[in-house]
Amino acid sequence: MSTHTLSVLVEDKPGVLARISGLFSRRGYNIQSLAVGPTEEQGISRMTICVSVDEFPLEQVTKQLNKLVNVIKIVELEPATSVQRELVMLKVRADATVRSQVLEVTQMFRAKVVDVAPDAVTVEATGTADKLSALRRMLEPYGIREIVQSGMVALARGPRAIAANR
Amino acid sequence: MTTARPRPAPRTGAPSEQQDTVAQAGVSGRPAAPRPARVDPTPATGAQSLVRSLEAVGCDVVFGIPGGAILPAYDPLYDSTLVRHILVRHEQGAGHAATGYAQATGRVGVCIATSGPGATNLVTPLADAMLDSVPVVAITGQVGRKMIGTDAFQEADICGITLPITKHNMLVTDPADIPRAITEAFHIASTGRPGPVLVDLPKDVLQAQTTFSWPVEMALPGYRPTTKPHGKQIREAARLIAEAQRPVLYVGGGVIKAEASAELMDLARETGAPVVTTLMARGAFPDSHPQNLGMPGMHGTVAAVAAMQRSDLLIALGARFDDRVTGELSTFAPEARIVHADIDPAEIGKNRVADVPIVGDAREVIGELTAALRARSQDGAERPDLTSWWNQLDAWRETFPLGYDEPADGTLSPEYVIERIGKIAGPEAIYAAGVGQHQMWAAQFIGYENPRTWLNSGGAGTMGYGVPAAMGAKVGMPDTTVWCIDGDGCFQMTNQELATCAIEGIPIKVAVINNGNLGMVRQWQTLFYGERYSNTELGTHKHRVPDFVMLAEALGCEGLRCESRDDVDRVIEQAMAITDRPVVIDFTVGADAQVWPMVAAGTGNDQIMAARDIRPLFDDPEAGGADEVVTNIERENEAR
Repeated sequence: MSTHTLSVLVEDKPGVLARISGLFSRRGYNIQSLAVGPTEEQGISRMTICVSVDEFPLEQVTKQLNKLVNVIKIVELEPATSVQRELVMLKVRADATVRSQVLEVTQMFRAKVVDVAPDAVTVEATGTADKLSALRRMLEPYGIREIVQSGMVALARGPRAIAANR
Repeated sequence: MTTARPRPAPRTGAPSEQQDTVAQAGVSGRPAAPRPARVDPTPATGAQSLVRSLEAVGCDVVFGIPGGAILPAYDPLYDSTLVRHILVRHEQGAGHAATGYAQATGRVGVCIATSGPGATNLVTPLADAMLDSVPVVAITGQVGRKMIGTDAFQEADICGITLPITKHNMLVTDPADIPRAITEAFHIASTGRPGPVLVDLPKDVLQAQTTFSWPVEMALPGYRPTTKPHGKQIREAARLIAEAQRPVLYVGGGVIKAEASAELMDLARETGAPVVTTLMARGAFPDSHPQNLGMPGMHGTVAAVAAMQRSDLLIALGARFDDRVTGELSTFAPEARIVHADIDPAEIGKNRVADVPIVGDAREVIGELTAALRARSQDGAERPDLTSWWNQLDAWRETFPLGYDEPADGTLSPEYVIERIGKIAGPEAIYAAGVGQHQMWAAQFIGYENPRTWLNSGGAGTMGYGVPAAMGAKVGMPDTTVWCIDGDGCFQMTNQELATCAIEGIPIKVAVINNGNLGMVRQWQTLFYGERYSNTELGTHKHRVPDFVMLAEALGCEGLRCESRDDVDRVIEQAMAITDRPVVIDFTVGADAQVWPMVAAGTGNDQIMAARDIRPLFDDPEAGGADEVVTNIERENEAR
């Protein structure tokens, strides 16, 4: 089993997310993460789906996805040839005694503080899943009160774009 | 999309073609008005727009039941001279009737239901049509837009419910979108791999004022079925076929859907290879043809199953390596390379890896394969000699022909009844079946010569499919004799549609193969559950409840009964002579007849049993000729 990243262009219509997530669940595939957002083209959304399957079931997943009428295009993005990012916000217990240490860790990861309270700071970071989990490990000793993490978004490297009309 | 082909009465093509279909619009005997090729924008309600769209797309009949949310649509439907509405007794009947209509005619079948329970009653036929790839459009009413999501009276999220069992579905929220939704629904249902499409119409959308114009442009950027096969793959497949020593043409339902029977005949002649026709493909290739080995699979012929197991090349055409064909997948056709042609890329490699995958319409694929093979032989390429392969196939065929024993208890043999119906009604008739033993016997003992003459629920195995499907087929093919071969269990699920048949003038013939039991389940209990008959006895023998003759008469049909072998032909001929109303025959048959051959669920095809306790033992690699096969049986019998 390995993780694959699918970049899927879909029509921006009600129910499309349900069609896609339903397809994964009923055919027995587990979605690790999913992110949806608009694209440069109106009426077209892009879903970035991370799925953990073997090579062979992956082919079945993409073929079945392609059969959905609202799915326009599917491209698998390889880690080596694409930029993959996630965003995390961590609310860390940090009173005046440890705040500077927390800020130091934040700076090391090129993360930033987006909110501060007398006994907590909220740190925002983007990066690969590895980097974000390293940041989390570094902040855990201070006490993490809350985490929110986005699904992965990814874009192929180089000048070429995945266009809906090709 | 697909290239123009001489299908029987195309109904879903370009509007220009629809003028040609006017002559056929008189199914109901009503005068046919011309179908509009072009309509400039005119004011209409959503409901009028729906009915005019159905007329323009070429729909001539809909099966349905009105109710609150769909009621606005029924008002303009009342005035339509082009669309006949057939009032069914249960929405499940509407769905299966649309399926039977589509399978018999090749055109899109249409059913209509109201919101909530009306729509949910379509779930079973939609799932059925999905698994058998039948072009069906379901139109459902929905509660008004403002009520959606409030648990309103008769509200059901039918788009959500049918998401996994339709090819596509859509909720129309703007009345101006109705013509486009109908155009797209018919297009999606009938092109590529066909399937059911549901269009959900809120009541206030039907009531709203809008404009109707025709034709409309479709907006389906993500829907592009591949019909034209790749030339390189065709050549590669032709090379494998030309080199194969033990080829088998494994023909599935896609060949019927693509109207490719003539092309298949050419390919069979060109290759000289044996043909097996799956449950969904019975009739795609004539049973009388010497190259036809019959049906493969769980209850297939020994010759068809053995041919696939020993083949070195399976040429799968519009077939999907279903578990009922392959048995235990890991031991299926172990020596065979696979050429797999299907219009649905997701079927290729799903169950069995294909050596040569071909995505395309079966008709184009088969035509191009034949052309490629001819080109090879014109170039002087040698063809392998299939004589020894045919010697082996013929030996299997002769040693293990399809057959049955007369019941030892002197009861009427169900196989004999079905065989006689097939003989007397002949290969021009259409046969629809329910699901179970009678279905398998009807697939085995009726000789099919033409496509679209065998209708059944293959993928879903929907008991109760038979009567409404036969009704739909008869509506689509009014001049053809339509028989429903049903079981007493199946018949009790959907026989209320006989009232529809009686009142709407749809004279189908129903043979109830009444063995008093849920026969197929009982067979499994006999074989695998120590003859413990838990809840399979229906009482139709013991208590004669219901009395099918009286039931038939109550439903406005002619009711006949046949209990002895001597009466079979006479009663069938009596039924054949009645053409002004539906006929039901209660064939009271023995309960112990079993369907053979059989590959037990979960076992490999090499474990096929030709009859109870007779196993041809094909897993012995040295066993080949009939002599050895017989010896093996003798050896096994001695060992017991």
